[in-house]
Amino acid sequence: MTAEHDRALAPEQATIPPGHSWNRIPVIGAVCALLGIVACAILGAANPKQFYFSWLVSFLFFVSLAVGALFFVLIQYAAQGGWGIVLRRIGETTFAMIPVMAALFLPLLLGLRDLYSWAVPGAAEQDALLRWKEPYLNVPFFLIRAALFFGIWSFIALMYYRGSRGQDVTGDPGVSARLRKFAGPSIIVLALTQTLASVDWIMSLTPHWYSTMFGVYFFAGSFVGFIALLCVVAPAMRRAGLLDTVISPEHLQDIGKLLFAFMVFWTYIAFSQFFLMWYGNLPEETIWYRARMEGSWMTVSIFLMAGHFVAPFFYLMGRAVKRRNSTLALGGAWLLAMHFVDLYWQVMPTLHPDGIRPSVLDLAALVAIGGCFVAAASWLMRRQALVPLRDPRLAESLAFENA
Amino acid sequence: MPLLRPQLPTGPHYGILAEFATPADLFHACERVRDAGFTRWDAHTPFPVHGLEKAMGLRRSLLPWIVLVAGLTGAAGGFALQWWVHASAYPLVISGKPYFAWPAMIPITFELGVLFAAFGAVLGMFGLNRLPMHYHPLFKSKVFERVTDDAFFISIESWDPRFDSSATGKLLESLGARSVELLES
Repeated sequence: MTAEHDRALAPEQATIPPGHSWNRIPVIGAVCALLGIVACAILGAANPKQFYFSWLVSFLFFVSLAVGALFFVLIQYAAQGGWGIVLRRIGETTFAMIPVMAALFLPLLLGLRDLYSWAVPGAAEQDALLRWKEPYLNVPFFLIRAALFFGIWSFIALMYYRGSRGQDVTGDPGVSARLRKFAGPSIIVLALTQTLASVDWIMSLTPHWYSTMFGVYFFAGSFVGFIALLCVVAPAMRRAGLLDTVISPEHLQDIGKLLFAFMVFWTYIAFSQFFLMWYGNLPEETIWYRARMEGSWMTVSIFLMAGHFVAPFFYLMGRAVKRRNSTLALGGAWLLAMHFVDLYWQVMPTLHPDGIRPSVLDLAALVAIGGCFVAAASWLMRRQALVPLRDPRLAESLAFENA
Repeated sequence: MPLLRPQLPTGPHYGILAEFATPADLFHACERVRDAGFTRWDAHTPFPVHGLEKAMGLRRSLLPWIVLVAGLTGAAGGFALQWWVHASAYPLVISGKPYFAWPAMIPITFELGVLFAAFGAVLGMFGLNRLPMHYHPLFKSKVFERVTDDAFFISIESWDPRFDSSATGKLLESLGARSVELLES
């Protein structure tokens, strides 16, 4: 019904103009990264164990956002979705950070013995279960797997990033068709590798624990995390006068709906994992929850239920909240923070089983990795169009309206 | 209940029915009828027309609030029933859990929340649309039979304060109506 179906975008409408304040973000990010890394080096030297755990939490936080972004874009290709084309470049920029995250994974390799009890030499000799798991859970195979995960993810990420950027120049609709063909298999590969990665990096912190749902729990968290990031970045760009006529309240409402839906999905998965273990009451399953239901960790568990589900459930339910920059960004920022709390709650009880003990290193690692992530992503944003300019479905996305 | 009783204009005439050839004609006519300040009127199409609710100037439906209240009632009722049964009326030890084992009550709480929300949505929709309605003057019109096929209509009811059987008909004709007819109650 609208006359906007043939609207096209000029490149200058979709780039950060010279002199815009967003041009300074890479420098600000780099300064933060530098400060964070220095703080980590100084404080971490005194308390290496705390450093590795803090670094692991922040690493998982940002790597999960990048992998969530890859899912977001792949799903749109596979389903031939039109509505979200104007948001796709934000996703592409986020998953282009996967190689950066691979580099930020390296410090953890120095601390494998501090992080993972199965990696301590001789651990398997005194422990029947670890001995049984040793053919899988051993340091060389762990490293090979990590290299495989990052190799596969980077391959998929770069294929989609380069394809989309290339289409900006050539306008070849065949690129979309080719990437669509690879999207289905890529989703399967990504789901499998992400499951295995979450088992390696988080679950194996408690090597005696069994859970068959952990992979999908990590996926749910990572997808909520990326959508929450999108709900912060898209309104922030509109506010800064970037794409403010391209991304409309209709798009905001749709990512708000996605945020709501996957927040509920996370809750469903998180509760299902807990519920079956609590009911079954088998020690090999309950050890993980027992550590999180005692002392101050129980407070964090309740906070997670209230903050990752109850509050955002009612906050994000309404229509008007999802259509305004400020209110949607608040919901996104809140859930982004809760995603961090979720990962912190998954990792930290291994280090501090007696109760939550926040450390300056938690903040230092977050600033260090976050600084690198933001600096690299915003540097990429300066060098590229902020939307896929010549995607065949761009006009459809520009004219999108909720029914 | 007044909500469930059909609300139809009293008096000899139900109102005016105008037929339009295309969804675009109907869309623009709706905008003009809205701008002319009519309040008791409706548009009828064989399929959903995007943006028509804006062209008609419709307010947002009350239905989401009915669904929310019904859903919360179901969830609260489901939880309360289980609490009463398990912790108060007939306490039993089940697999070593406490009487008030809230995690075990979540699935039924959730299901009843969904069930009641669905009841709220369906029955609320029926109530707001005043369904079931066994008689409606529109169906006396021969051309209106094509509303489920290939024709688009605007009906303006006679109890609209701005209704005037000749002026309103002329307005609709000027908006490109293919045919205009005055319907009896």
